[in-house]
Amino acid sequence: MAVKKFVVGVFTDEAVLFPAIGKVRSAGYKIHEVYTPMPIHGMDHALGLRDTSLHTAGFIYGITGTTTALTGIGWVFNIDWPVNIGGKSHFDLAAWIPITFELTVLFSAVGMFLTFLFLNQMAPFVRKHHFNLRSTDDQFTMVIELTEKSNAEEIKAFLTNVGAVGINLQEAETGWWIGRYDTDKTPLKHKGELLA
Amino acid sequence: MSSIKEHFVTPVRYKQWSIGLMAVGVLSLIIGFIMYGGHDQGVRFWAALLQNSVYFLLLVNAVMFFIAAVSLAMGGFQMTFRRVSEAIAASVIPIGFITFVILLCIVFGGKTAIYEWLDRDAVAKDPALNGKKGFLSVPFFMIWTVLTIFLWSFLGWKIRQLSRSIDDTPLTVAEGKKYIFKNTVWTALYIVWFGLTVASVTPWLWLMSLNAHWFSTMYSWYTFASTFVSGCALLTIFVIYFKNQGYLEYVNEEHLHDLGKFMFAFSIFWTYIWFDQFMLIWYANISEETVYFKPRLDGAYVGVFYLNLIINFICPLLIFMKRSSKRNWGTVTFMSVLLIFGHWLDFFQMVFPSPRISPDRVPLNLFDFGIALGFVGLIMWQTARVLSKYPLLAKNHPFLKESIIHHT
Repeated sequence: MAVKKFVVGVFTDEAVLFPAIGKVRSAGYKIHEVYTPMPIHGMDHALGLRDTSLHTAGFIYGITGTTTALTGIGWVFNIDWPVNIGGKSHFDLAAWIPITFELTVLFSAVGMFLTFLFLNQMAPFVRKHHFNLRSTDDQFTMVIELTEKSNAEEIKAFLTNVGAVGINLQEAETGWWIGRYDTDKTPLKHKGELLA
Repeated sequence: MSSIKEHFVTPVRYKQWSIGLMAVGVLSLIIGFIMYGGHDQGVRFWAALLQNSVYFLLLVNAVMFFIAAVSLAMGGFQMTFRRVSEAIAASVIPIGFITFVILLCIVFGGKTAIYEWLDRDAVAKDPALNGKKGFLSVPFFMIWTVLTIFLWSFLGWKIRQLSRSIDDTPLTVAEGKKYIFKNTVWTALYIVWFGLTVASVTPWLWLMSLNAHWFSTMYSWYTFASTFVSGCALLTIFVIYFKNQGYLEYVNEEHLHDLGKFMFAFSIFWTYIWFDQFMLIWYANISEETVYFKPRLDGAYVGVFYLNLIINFICPLLIFMKRSSKRNWGTVTFMSVLLIFGHWLDFFQMVFPSPRISPDRVPLNLFDFGIALGFVGLIMWQTARVLSKYPLLAKNHPFLKESIIHHT
């Protein structure tokens, strides 16, 4: 949660973006994030991101669901209120499996969904800075963080070289904050002077 | 590009192995016929042949289904190993013929110990079987069997033919679109016929009618799921083998991962269908339905029953769950072999506990494995034969690039 300075490069072609990412990374600039209108296979690899651990979280949620279902049904049918259903035994796994399955799926789905929202810092009534609104439509946006070692003009020149069609400098909050997109008045210094 | 090996040359050892396995199959056939052929209509002998031929026919046909389903979904990722699946699917023709001959022998040989409904006196006395007479009768059975095997062979051949037809002619974009449309039409026809056969009527006739009184609406789906998992496993083994031999340069972990996902997903699907069939019958507890599970769950076959569940559900669930294991060539090879065996066992317990075959005793012995190895040899031999005839890469297919840069 900090306000940082960023150089934002806008690309219109995926085929230009991919080699650009490689060049920017090997030049040693720190890529904060790349925003694209659609999921692109291989992007995480190009950015050098580690594998997500969302599926591990999903597994844990699933196991929790299984345990909840089995202990819940077990407690109801054996301890709290044993009922004779069609002469079946009270402890009968086969009859419990559908509900166990449903709860496993439910827990893992809802849990992963919420975790995903949390990791991406998205939620209702919560705001996050958008570097380029058109990255939800037809543009690819590469955001490079400005550290004390790097120089804005140099990065701008570099981005123009690797094929960015629009470049600007922004100072933005990196985290999320409570607020709404239509009414929020949180002061932010947007310096959106387009160069190219 | 010059380093691409375009043609497969069958290694001598591979040829020796395939011929050796076929010899084992023929030897088992002869020994089996001598040992079991004369006794009690040869039920043990014919049941083993029925189980193996139907299993391996559905197995190679499932590879054809894989091609058709992926093509229909515009899935480009199969293009780097498409020729391998086509070569395996070419085995539908010889194995279809063998299966047809075996069914012919059973039906016209009047093997009432296999198919109860062949017994006219029993059918006349039995109101349940009498009611099914239109469906479970020799003419319907034979006509449907002929249609099934012929159309599988023909439509499969047509799709493979289409794939080879553009090997020497690079396509323009417009021609490519036309070609994909034509492909879509033929694969769609194949899928429709596949739906009418494997996913509905054919398993009822070939396998479910072994328990002529009993029926399950899940049965065909169950058969389909079983063979599709093992079909993917078979395809994966061949892809890995050819990759190991230095062919299929464009196949990499991404393709392996997708094949692994297919096996994983359809193993879960198989379990889902298996459990659906089991639970509804178990819950309703009506004796005419539970009769199917009596020998399996409560009789001689209980070991096979649980082993089936462990191999085909627990193993893929736990082993294939991790991404890294689906991308590991060794693990995937091991799982493929295990799944092919597991579903073979599944077919074994679909056929043998039937009331007239062997409900009280598990007759599994070397004879069954011998016959199975014979079919494996036949598939190996036919696959290599077809694969060595045509280029290994469908180089003019519009989706080839998509497959080369495939990324999961």
